[in-house]
Amino acid sequence: MKMNGAQAVLTSLKKEGVDMVFGYPGGAVLTLYDAVYKMNFPHTLTRHEQGAVHAADGYARATGKVGVVFATSGPGATNLITGIATACTDSVPLVCITGQVANPYIGKDSFQEADICGITTPITKHNYLVKDVHDLPRVIKEAFYIARTGRPGPVVIDVAKDVFDARFDYEYPETVSLRGYKGENIGQEADIDRVIEALRKARKPLVFTGGGVTISNTAEELRAIIKRLGIPSTSTLLGLGTIPADMEGYLEFAGMHGSYAANMAIQQCDLLLCIGMRFSDRVTGKVTEFAPHAKIVHFEIDPAEVNKNVPADISVLGDLSWSLPLLRQKLEAADDDFPARFAPWLEHAAAMTKEHPFGYQEEGDLIKPGALIAKISQLSDKDTIAVTDVGQHQMWAAQFFKTYKPRHFLTSGGQGTMGYGLPAAMGAKIGCPESRVVLFTGDGSIMMNCQEFSTIADNDIDVKVVVVHNCILGMVGQWQRLFYNHHYSQSELKGKTDLVKLAEAMGVKGYRLTKKQELTTRLPEILAQPGPVLVDVLIPEEEDVLPMVPGGKRLDQMVLGTL
Amino acid sequence: MKKYLLAVLVDNKPGVLTHVSGLISRRAFNIESISAGYTEEPDVTRINIAVSVESENELDQVINQLSKLIDVIKIVNLSEVDSIERELVLIKVAATKANRADIINVVNIFRANIVDVTPEDVVIELTGAQDKIDALCEVMKEYGIIEIARTGAMAISRGPVPVKDM
Repeated sequence: MKMNGAQAVLTSLKKEGVDMVFGYPGGAVLTLYDAVYKMNFPHTLTRHEQGAVHAADGYARATGKVGVVFATSGPGATNLITGIATACTDSVPLVCITGQVANPYIGKDSFQEADICGITTPITKHNYLVKDVHDLPRVIKEAFYIARTGRPGPVVIDVAKDVFDARFDYEYPETVSLRGYKGENIGQEADIDRVIEALRKARKPLVFTGGGVTISNTAEELRAIIKRLGIPSTSTLLGLGTIPADMEGYLEFAGMHGSYAANMAIQQCDLLLCIGMRFSDRVTGKVTEFAPHAKIVHFEIDPAEVNKNVPADISVLGDLSWSLPLLRQKLEAADDDFPARFAPWLEHAAAMTKEHPFGYQEEGDLIKPGALIAKISQLSDKDTIAVTDVGQHQMWAAQFFKTYKPRHFLTSGGQGTMGYGLPAAMGAKIGCPESRVVLFTGDGSIMMNCQEFSTIADNDIDVKVVVVHNCILGMVGQWQRLFYNHHYSQSELKGKTDLVKLAEAMGVKGYRLTKKQELTTRLPEILAQPGPVLVDVLIPEEEDVLPMVPGGKRLDQMVLGTL
Repeated sequence: MKKYLLAVLVDNKPGVLTHVSGLISRRAFNIESISAGYTEEPDVTRINIAVSVESENELDQVINQLSKLIDVIKIVNLSEVDSIERELVLIKVAATKANRADIINVVNIFRANIVDVTPEDVVIELTGAQDKIDALCEVMKEYGIIEIARTGAMAISRGPVPVKDM
């Protein structure tokens, strides 16, 4: 069929099942946007390109589909960088289509020219510069395939402006042929037998689940394995939801601000089943003394992750959608009475949970962040998607919001991108209109992409925005209190900004809570109303996130605080 | 630090070298030399990388990270197999009537070639293993080296099996 490059892009997106693009127009993509107009292609106009890419990220994490972004050349494309890096570190599938200046202008320092392939090479799974319209269908096909298969990640397609205008005979390829890449990752069955042998020798095994379980849609398998074994489990930040918060032996998440029980169990266990996680420094503490008594089993799709930070005694390379069902099958076929064998350990782990649960101290009338988030968690059903920004509120949300399903706790884990939350929550709601979406953010983070209140208001995207407002960049302030003699260097936010008015100026209803009682008298009603809402909740300034494993310390050297 | 020679087969597409060099810099790998050229297959480029690493584990990281690049087809550590290693150097040496004969003598001892002569200089070409090239450069210092251009090391395995089939 004859068409131009712009129509070819949209036709290809349709064939890939794309039902929403997040983007922002500009000179180099005018022809593309003309096709959006003519074909009435579903598109959300954000108020900043960074908003678009985080929205696509939130959409992708919530749905499991590929998030798609359009941006123009030069500054339009460079505004995507933070979002692409965020998606890359957390293995989120994105396809970002950026305009490039027209072929004859490339390399001439033309107006709005930037070398996007060069800039994004270290933060993408792959990228393309398309200079010939005939390459376009193949490149789009490959980009989607690469983005969503294997260990997912962002792919950038930079398209020269004249390619959008060029007419050609369009045909979308049925398959991809890439010599250096295979999307399927089947491993060695013998590795799984070795894991079972190790389980037979273990006394204190622990499951440590990560974002890979969410990505591979294998939470059900994992839960069945944990049940079959009768062992305790913990999670990384990105693994939240893979194990339901109320599952027996679930010790909540581990790491720098993780639970006492989870961190102690890691240091005590004799077999650690690490599943789809990558041993980030935030989760290992002092890496040389991480899980010192444990044999480490690493289930992983990416060979480069094995032995990168923590050496594995047994590695099971391959897609979890291959390995976990096979492990489950073999365990269910085995005669061993695992639950009886591991019962004392499970009991011990559960007891540790009771010893030091996540908590907070009441302080008169003041609203404690733990109380706030626990209350919202209690008001939410199990389908509620929690989204966070980055900082103290993010950790409190991870501690106090109970997540029961994968893809229901969205957070920028690896990069810790402030400003991620509001657009990501918007993308999640667009992807999952049936689910309630609650954003936990801070008075620092919210300002980093607050322009997206306009997008939310104009499109009536029902996101409940809860600002945990402490008039300081909380996590920075906490470190300054603890390690820099209480010097609040450039971290205080005691200004004149009224977040309620800010939201209302952009068309979102705003409320402010200042007293503990309002969590029961006003909050339920505020959150129950339809449509987007901002709730500005004032909390005490000097509230620490605890427990805390200080940088460079072992996981069992936690500061617990006075609880 | 131990040196290894890697043969990296990649798709002959624009941007491939950026992808490979970008990866090397972001993972802070220690690269001694890198060179690239066409192969027997028109759509395949061979990149020769000499990498210095502290441990086998670090070497595995280099190989695994490079393997992740979509346009990398195959990587073989040629230091692990029986292989022939070569490097080419062009050395421009200051030469006068008085010492030119001396230089030619040294060139002959090294089985190198003189490929250009002017009244003020000679250009010497030598192919060999890295230590041989280092040795010639050392000797030529005495006469005054004006300029050196080296390709970096590359290797090929002995026997009929090509890297792509290893």
